[in-house]
Amino acid sequence: MKTLRPEGLSYKNLMPTTLPTPLALVAELTHRCPLHCIYCSNPLELSKRESELPTQTWTRVFQEAAQAGVLQVDFTGGEPLARSDIVELVRAARAAGLYVSLITSGLPLDEAKLSALVEAGLDHFQLSFQGATEQTAREISNTTSHPHKLRVLEWLKKHRIGVTLNFVIHRQNIHELEEMLTLVEDYKPGCVEFASVQYYGWALANREALLPTRRQLDFCVAKLKEAEERLKGKTRVVFVVPDYYAKFPKPCVGGWGRKLMLISPDGAVLPCHAASVIPGMQFENVKGKSLREIWESSPAFQKFRGEDWMQEPCKSCDRRHLDFGGCRCQAFLLAGDAASTDPVCSLAPTRGKVDTILAAVNQPKPAILEEKPTYLYRPNPS
Amino acid sequence: MKPELTATPRLAPGVRLNEKSQLPRTLLMPERALRLNGPSLEIVQLCDGHHTVQQIAEKLHALYSKAEPQRITDDLLGYLALLHDQRAIDF
Repeated sequence: MKTLRPEGLSYKNLMPTTLPTPLALVAELTHRCPLHCIYCSNPLELSKRESELPTQTWTRVFQEAAQAGVLQVDFTGGEPLARSDIVELVRAARAAGLYVSLITSGLPLDEAKLSALVEAGLDHFQLSFQGATEQTAREISNTTSHPHKLRVLEWLKKHRIGVTLNFVIHRQNIHELEEMLTLVEDYKPGCVEFASVQYYGWALANREALLPTRRQLDFCVAKLKEAEERLKGKTRVVFVVPDYYAKFPKPCVGGWGRKLMLISPDGAVLPCHAASVIPGMQFENVKGKSLREIWESSPAFQKFRGEDWMQEPCKSCDRRHLDFGGCRCQAFLLAGDAASTDPVCSLAPTRGKVDTILAAVNQPKPAILEEKPTYLYRPNPS
Repeated sequence: MKPELTATPRLAPGVRLNEKSQLPRTLLMPERALRLNGPSLEIVQLCDGHHTVQQIAEKLHALYSKAEPQRITDDLLGYLALLHDQRAIDF
């Protein structure tokens, strides 16, 4: 009788391996949001309110995360402030020993709630801006929120916590970059991020309207370099480049299953924001398993961990330890194969797809075609 | 930017050490973390807004009595400048 060796059970797989330690947890507390931004990174299929994890499950998850080595938790969404138990959740995460960041639009929030969040142990408040003016912010988010954000900035001055201003930039608001910088210089936050839109979820659906031109990008790089010099020692300036214009891909989430875990509002644990776009991926849920178990043995985390899955040119490329082959979701979305080299890489055989997209954006257009585009706004889940 | 010897550095808003029970000791800050050991931990623990740079230097001179004091002070000033540029401390 012949014995068949089960596939995949190689000597190497039987060796004890050293797993990386997770360092950051992204907690998508809800997909509900008062804003409807056209570049939202949430999946097109949003979680409903009734499927959201209750307070006590999140509390257990924070404790498990800290025990597994996680240092920081980012509360995000949707809008994390839409959770009525947000103060309790901040307190629970801080009590578990985590550094707590709130990634927020600043809505819905009043002065008393902000004080309660700080008192509960909030370490860092990251406030997003859709533009430097109400008109632009409204066009992007389909909501009136800009004047309120300016009020939130005033309230924040009364507290000693970390503050980051986050400007999401793209073709429709880069012309306001100097006004954004004026806002930064007036307020003097510890950090400012100019984050170019990344093309997943709603942003991908609106890519044609959002992708900046080469000229805009050059303008941005020059202005932000000046700002970085000027603000040195006062405000740290972070620029997230639009990776379609890059020569090499971003080390997406610091490498798949290497540093970061994301928990969606219903408790599914993902290696990144967008992983659900990859066909055949199945995610385990914190309702059924401990976070450590999921990190160590969930097939979704194993799928692109390490280098065994890589194809050429990544497989033999010296840069594979720097960028881990780029983004798996982008490889799937642009090249149709999640295990292929991220198409934004200049060495990728599929780079031509990205160049075609860029060529269309940079083609001079007759003025009559420069009309305002039609956006697909992100809805609010019930 | 290097601090004056009379400055009293303290951790910037949003920056804190993890708890004593959590090892390794780590300086937590927005979107980043810095592992600390030996002298770096001793220095950061003294960035409390009360100790002057001169006092921190003297404590280090006592702790590392075999090293040349001027060299320790220079290293301290360099490290504080680095932490300042990373927005980890104010002075």
